[in-house]
Amino acid sequence: MRDTRSLTAKIALYAAVLVGAAIMLFPFLWTVITSITPEGSLADGPTVFVDNPTLNAYRTLLDAMPIWRIILNSLGVALVSTVLQLVTGSMAAYGFARLHFPFKNVIFGFYLATLMVPLQVLVVPLFIEMKTLNLQDTYFALLAPTIASAFGVFLLRQAVIGVPMELDEAATIDGAGHLRIFTTIVLPLIRPALATVAVFAFMGSWNSFLWPLVVIRSPEFMTLPLGLSTLQGQFTTQWDVVMAGSVVSIVPIAIVYLLAQRHIIAGVAHTGIK
Amino acid sequence: MAFFLLPSAIPLFVFTLVPMVSSLWVSLHKWNLISPMEWVGFRNYTNLLGDEMTRRVFLHTLIYVVGYLPIVYAGGLLLALALNQKLKGRSFLRATYFLPVVTSWVVVALVWKWLLNPTNGLVNQILGGLGLPQPGWWTDPHWALPAVILSSAWKDLGFVMVILLAGLQSIPTDVHEAAKVDGSNAWQRFWRITLPLLSPSTFFVVVISLINGFQVFDQVYVMTAGGPAGSSQVVVGQIYDLTFRYGRAGEASALSWILFAVILIITVFQIRGQRRWVHYA
Repeated sequence: MRDTRSLTAKIALYAAVLVGAAIMLFPFLWTVITSITPEGSLADGPTVFVDNPTLNAYRTLLDAMPIWRIILNSLGVALVSTVLQLVTGSMAAYGFARLHFPFKNVIFGFYLATLMVPLQVLVVPLFIEMKTLNLQDTYFALLAPTIASAFGVFLLRQAVIGVPMELDEAATIDGAGHLRIFTTIVLPLIRPALATVAVFAFMGSWNSFLWPLVVIRSPEFMTLPLGLSTLQGQFTTQWDVVMAGSVVSIVPIAIVYLLAQRHIIAGVAHTGIK
Repeated sequence: MAFFLLPSAIPLFVFTLVPMVSSLWVSLHKWNLISPMEWVGFRNYTNLLGDEMTRRVFLHTLIYVVGYLPIVYAGGLLLALALNQKLKGRSFLRATYFLPVVTSWVVVALVWKWLLNPTNGLVNQILGGLGLPQPGWWTDPHWALPAVILSSAWKDLGFVMVILLAGLQSIPTDVHEAAKVDGSNAWQRFWRITLPLLSPSTFFVVVISLINGFQVFDQVYVMTAGGPAGSSQVVVGQIYDLTFRYGRAGEASALSWILFAVILIITVFQIRGQRRWVHYA
């Protein structure tokens, strides 16, 4: 009796999570299907099995925008901003956790204050700043707000505090300076926190839309979300082209995700616990 | 010390602190980004606070948050409970549910705009096939916000699931064992043990969701652009439009500070209120 009940429950549970997973995956599948459907057949309504699959939408996409360059822009900006945030963040974290200097708490308070200010407050003046410096439509403009992240500093500082002081002291006796302690002792020991910050930096840059929308005009400097959104304006009804663009922008991040999936999920979970 | 701090302090100063201060300055002026600034004091703020449009965009943002949060929390909790069981393919399923989280908002909004296309979108085809009504979604003022909420919830479900899973795994198993020995059923254990011990994770999800929810922009801009007839315009969309469509940068800056104040007040209230319902094990 008890066994049949738990078996039924188990089957119901499997059914539920599988249906849910289908709901998660189907929009992605549907995006691919739409992108290879001949434009004329789209109006007839959807079919899962496309009669005459075609790559026309992808050709139209290639003509409409420098899509390869846009992909490289997205990857490049995301990678550079990730590396910069790791470097600037870990250095500041070490400074706040291990060094003594005047006004340390006040300065750290400033960092935390910037953490609380939403991007929306900064967008207008930051745009004016870029315009005044004639930096619109540049990679620098895309990167500027992401060179350092107070969130990263905060998270990494917690990790550095968790590294036992005795290790530093032993190294100091052996004649190591701060730079040496930082690079050879602290950095290797805070690797999980670095991975978490890297995940957030990469995803943040890869997905960011409002700032590129404001500061970038010419297609050569666009990132994927921005390029995609302009596509919609050009092809209001050409859903096959819009979906082809979506496929192109999902594939790179999906590959990165599949490779680093464990770390990404663990990194996100980690921020929620503490 | 300077060596360690300057690489982060300089960019934070130039690209965050300076814009912050200058945003306050701009918010006290009438300015179209081109002609000279004109000092108006707090008039931008008082005008905005008395303006019907401000009330509407805040109401829409609030509807978005209030609609979105229960869906992602309930859905994320059910998923976390399910995927915390010993199931075959558990890590594959977790990865699947998390995939939309790494996808950009713009893609999600475009894909769902297509799925929710009123005339030949998949969702309405299915609804029609089942003999159910087919809403106009993003073309209908009553359905534009629900369309945005639906797609946002789909995207963030996996995020909430992962946070709650981490919370579930931090609950010691012997608490459940002890309750079982004392004769409690699964339902009682869920309400008396799991949910209270999950409250720190719940707190995190609620705080983050509210902060992000009040800043909603990407998916609205792409899916409805605030329309039809302003029916889904949110606060950040209004800030963007004020600046770049209507050339009213002063009011836009003032509105962004009002938004910041609202988020700050809500967050402070939550942190203060957490003592009443958040239990740390």
